[in-house]
Amino acid sequence: MAPARDRRTGFSRRRQYSLFIGYVLAVACAVVGAVLLVASAVNPPLFAGLRMGLAGVTAPVSSVLMTVRDGAAAVPEWFNGWAFAHAENAAMRRDLAAARPLLMRARVIAYENNRLRALLALRERSAAPVVTARLVSSSASSGRRFALLDAGRFSGVRPGMPVRGPEGLVGRVIETGPNAARVLLLTDADSVVPVRRARDGLAAIAAGRADGSVEIRSVNATNVRFGTGDVFVTTGTGGLYTPGIPVARVVANATDTALARPFAQPDALDYALVEQAFMPMPPPLAPTAPAAAP
Amino acid sequence: MSAGDADPFALALPAGRARALPWMTVVAGSLVTIVPVIATVPILPPFGLLMLLTWRLLARFALRPWAAAPLGFLDDLLSGQPLGSAVLLWSLCYMAIDLIERRMILRDFWQDWLIASGAILFCLAGGRVLALPVGAPVDGALLVQAGSTILLFPLAARLVAWIDRKRGLA
Repeated sequence: MAPARDRRTGFSRRRQYSLFIGYVLAVACAVVGAVLLVASAVNPPLFAGLRMGLAGVTAPVSSVLMTVRDGAAAVPEWFNGWAFAHAENAAMRRDLAAARPLLMRARVIAYENNRLRALLALRERSAAPVVTARLVSSSASSGRRFALLDAGRFSGVRPGMPVRGPEGLVGRVIETGPNAARVLLLTDADSVVPVRRARDGLAAIAAGRADGSVEIRSVNATNVRFGTGDVFVTTGTGGLYTPGIPVARVVANATDTALARPFAQPDALDYALVEQAFMPMPPPLAPTAPAAAP
Repeated sequence: MSAGDADPFALALPAGRARALPWMTVVAGSLVTIVPVIATVPILPPFGLLMLLTWRLLARFALRPWAAAPLGFLDDLLSGQPLGSAVLLWSLCYMAIDLIERRMILRDFWQDWLIASGAILFCLAGGRVLALPVGAPVDGALLVQAGSTILLFPLAARLVAWIDRKRGLA
C-alpha cells in the first residue's frame, strides 16, 4: 500500500494547528473514556437514560426482526409436525397414561393443601403480573448478559421487577426506558438469586457464571452435598422474587459449590412475564424534622 | 483504487455525504447487536470495531484521529459493556496504529491484517477485563469470538474498499 503520511503540512498554519488539535482531541477523548469507565463502575445506572433512550429506538426494530425470525422458523416446524405426527401421538398417549395416576395424586394433595392453608389462615402473596412481553435482543457481543425487553415504563415495567418464563426465572429488570427495558439475565456474572432446594429447603444462592450456567453455593452450612438433578427454586428472601419459581437444576454431583443449568432458556422463550416485585420497596423515608435546638 | 478503472463521468457523492459514510458504516457495525438473538455466551463479533479498524488501516484519512471515541461511545450504549470501555480501548488502538504507522510506512495487506488482529485481541481482552470478574469462565467463547472477528477482516476490507471507491474521495 502506498505510504499515506500527513506529517508534512506545508506552510499553512491552519492545517498544522488543525492536525495538532486533532491529536490533542484524540488523547483527551481517551482520557474522557477512562473517566466515563470509572463513573460507570462507581454508579452503573448513571447512563441508563442514554442507553435506554437508544434502546427505545432499537427495540421496536428488533421486535420486528424477531417476528420475521419466528415466521421463518415456523416453516420447518410445520413440515416436522406433519412428518412426525404419528410418532408424537403415540408418545403423548404413553405420557398421558403415565401422568394420569400422578394427576389424581396431585389433586388429592392440592385439596389437602388448601384445607390446611385455610386452617392456618395463611396469607399468600401472589405476584401480580405486570406485562407479558418478548425478549428481543441481547448483548451478544459483550461478556455481560443483558437482554432487551420490548415493554417499558409505559407498560408499567420498573427496575427491580422479576422476569420469568413458563419454565422458570429469567432475570430481573435493571433499567427501563419508555418502551424498552433492560433485563439482567440469571447467568450474568453480577446476578445473585437467593434459592432453596425444592426437596428439603436447603438455603443457597444461585450466582451467574457468564457462560450460560449458574453456580449454586450453599449459604449457611458447610460440607453440603449437591446431587445431580437437585432442583432449586426462589425463596423470596430479599423481597424481589416470588417464592417457588424454578431457577436451576444441578448438573453434576458436588460439595458446597455446584454447577447448575437454568430452567428458562431465554433464546427459546416465546414470552416473558414481568411480575411485581414480591415485596415492594418501602417508600423513601420522609425527611425527619430537624431536632429541636437545646 | 487506481483512477484507471473508475468511470470518469460517474458523479461523485457530495463531500459532506462522502465524509459521513465511514462514520455511518461503523455505526451500522455497532448496530448489528440488535439482531434478535438472546445469546448465552459472547458470540457476536464486534462489527463496529472491525469496521473502524478497517477504515483506519485501509483509508486512513476517512476518519478523524479523534473519531474512535464518539464511535466507541455509541458502541458502548448499544453493546452492554460498561460505558467508556470502547471509548478508551478504541482510542488506544487508534493511537497504537498511529505509532505503528510511523515505523511501517509501506505495508501490505498481511501486515494490516496482523495489526488488526492485535487490535481486535486487545479490545476483546480489555473489554472482558473491564466488564467481567477475573474468574468468569468465558475465555473459550472469547477466543472463538476473536478468531471469527479476525477471519472477517478480509471481508470487511473488501467492503470498505468498495465503499471507499464508490464515495469518490481518494
